[in-house]
Amino acid sequence: MLTADPDAAARYRAWRDQAAGLGTSDRATDLARLATEVRRSVITMIDGAQLGHIGGDLSVTDILVTLFGAVLDVDPEDPRRPERDRFILSKGHCAASLYATLAHCGYFPKSELATFMAPMSALNGHPNRTKVPGVETNTGPLGHGFPVAVGCALAAKVSGASWRTFVVLGDGELQEGSNWEAAMTAAHYDLASLTAIVDRNRLQQGAPTEETKRLEPLAEKWAGFGWEVRDVDGHDHEGLLAALRPSETGRPVAVIAHTVKGKGVSFIENRVEWHHKVPTAAQVKAALEELT
Amino acid sequence: MTTELVPDTTYDCRQAFADELMALAAEDERVIVVCNDSVGSSNLVEFKKRFPDRLINVGIAEQDLVGVGAGLANGGFIPFVSAAGPFLTGRATEQIKTDAAYSGVPVILCGQSPGMAYGELGPTHHSIEDLSWMRAIADLAVAVPADPEQTRAAVRWAAGFSGPAYLRIPRFKVPAVTPEGTPFEPGRAIRLTDGDDVTVMAIGTLVSRAVEAARTLRAEGIGVRVLNMTFIEPMDVDAVLSAARETGGIVTAEEATTTGGLGAAVATTVAQHHPVPMRILGVPRRFAPTGSASFLLEYFGLTADGIAAAVRELVSAG
Repeated sequence: MLTADPDAAARYRAWRDQAAGLGTSDRATDLARLATEVRRSVITMIDGAQLGHIGGDLSVTDILVTLFGAVLDVDPEDPRRPERDRFILSKGHCAASLYATLAHCGYFPKSELATFMAPMSALNGHPNRTKVPGVETNTGPLGHGFPVAVGCALAAKVSGASWRTFVVLGDGELQEGSNWEAAMTAAHYDLASLTAIVDRNRLQQGAPTEETKRLEPLAEKWAGFGWEVRDVDGHDHEGLLAALRPSETGRPVAVIAHTVKGKGVSFIENRVEWHHKVPTAAQVKAALEELT
Repeated sequence: MTTELVPDTTYDCRQAFADELMALAAEDERVIVVCNDSVGSSNLVEFKKRFPDRLINVGIAEQDLVGVGAGLANGGFIPFVSAAGPFLTGRATEQIKTDAAYSGVPVILCGQSPGMAYGELGPTHHSIEDLSWMRAIADLAVAVPADPEQTRAAVRWAAGFSGPAYLRIPRFKVPAVTPEGTPFEPGRAIRLTDGDDVTVMAIGTLVSRAVEAARTLRAEGIGVRVLNMTFIEPMDVDAVLSAARETGGIVTAEEATTTGGLGAAVATTVAQHHPVPMRILGVPRRFAPTGSASFLLEYFGLTADGIAAAVRELVSAG
């Protein structure tokens, strides 16, 4: 199990404290800066490993950064504190973006990121809670994180605790039926403390979602399952901050975050073939030049 | 309320399961049950009345069932996830592997009505593959109680265990075979009869039948050591190797396919460390015909007579 980087964790806490006093627009500027750092780490990690899911990593980054940077009540130095907010990355193949976010918040030293997918590294291609602090459940096969998140939210409800649970789902992932089992359970038990965020980048491994097996009308699907639905630009930190506010209806909240797969790197953006393609050295250089 | 054991009576172990679960829930507010519309078939109606907040029913949704159990464990609860064995282990295999075992989360998976207990309902409802499937998953304990005493002990043990476990709760009626106070520990078999000619290793419904076979064979001058193996994972390797060294052969008996359960586990150990002749009794890799549980056990030779015949074969071959 990796352990916290105390200096980075202290910087993270100070940053969170200071951000709490800022207006949302200044907070958003701060988050955008962190998002760029995380995206740079993702490119470097994938270059080092010569493996990874670059498109989804870049589409989900702003969601992860907003959660860890401004929403989640967590302590990187005490990652299993019972009263913490729970965060689950159900689209576990985007582990690089999660690892980079966790490391930038001090959950473990940033130097570990260089071991991404190397032999014996704690940083497997998909997140493992027994090795990486900040990971709540092992994901990878799709359709797993959401039911576990429902269990976390149920635990809070039954025990009368106030912590919130957040789960990030891929849009293609919603083709797994287990998600809809979980959506029904959450609505049935009125799990208002649960927020499911869909990274709606509209592309899956081999083709657009709407060509593969269409998801639309997606908002209506969630509403039909009894959820409070919010649509947001998934790269707009100010919008995300607003969308991640607590439920206003007593029902669980679905945030459909409209994103661009490969966001931030022009030649990767919105291209199916970059689901898990590895950039060449020249492309890495070009990507890092764009991410400043 | 505890089941009172009467000699020569047989028991549906679901009562012992429910009784112990309610006793635990009364002692520890972290104990919670998750089921899939199986409140009645898991015998949890009384539990629901007494602890309504701690009986989560996710409806007919086994993938969700196991994931929710893992989430409840994450949130500090001790979840007993209870569903008919075939659906729990078949429909949610990947959730058991990923959300419970690989995640290292103490979810207690309770396979109800296992083996061929659902008899006439047919192979869709038989849970005979479960032991092969569950045994293949790393870091998952697999226990098969044989009677009410062991069912109670299994429930209590699992509540205090640090990792995930699969408990196979017998529904087919079995006599009491376990002396009260017998320890229930991972990797510890229970010796029920002494004998040096052949060892019979059994689990679940087959344990009482093994004891009966040993009684018959004793009259014929054949000494049979009966071990109630109880845990397939972790298995009592010492007891297996002692049996291989000290008796001339091993018969295994289980109400499950022989592809990967108890017999396969024992054979793997014996073949590599101390080869002795074996007979592996169970359900061959075949879907059962129509019939009651009792009929099907007879049909596949999973009876005292079937076990005794296998022992005699080993004795005459040796």
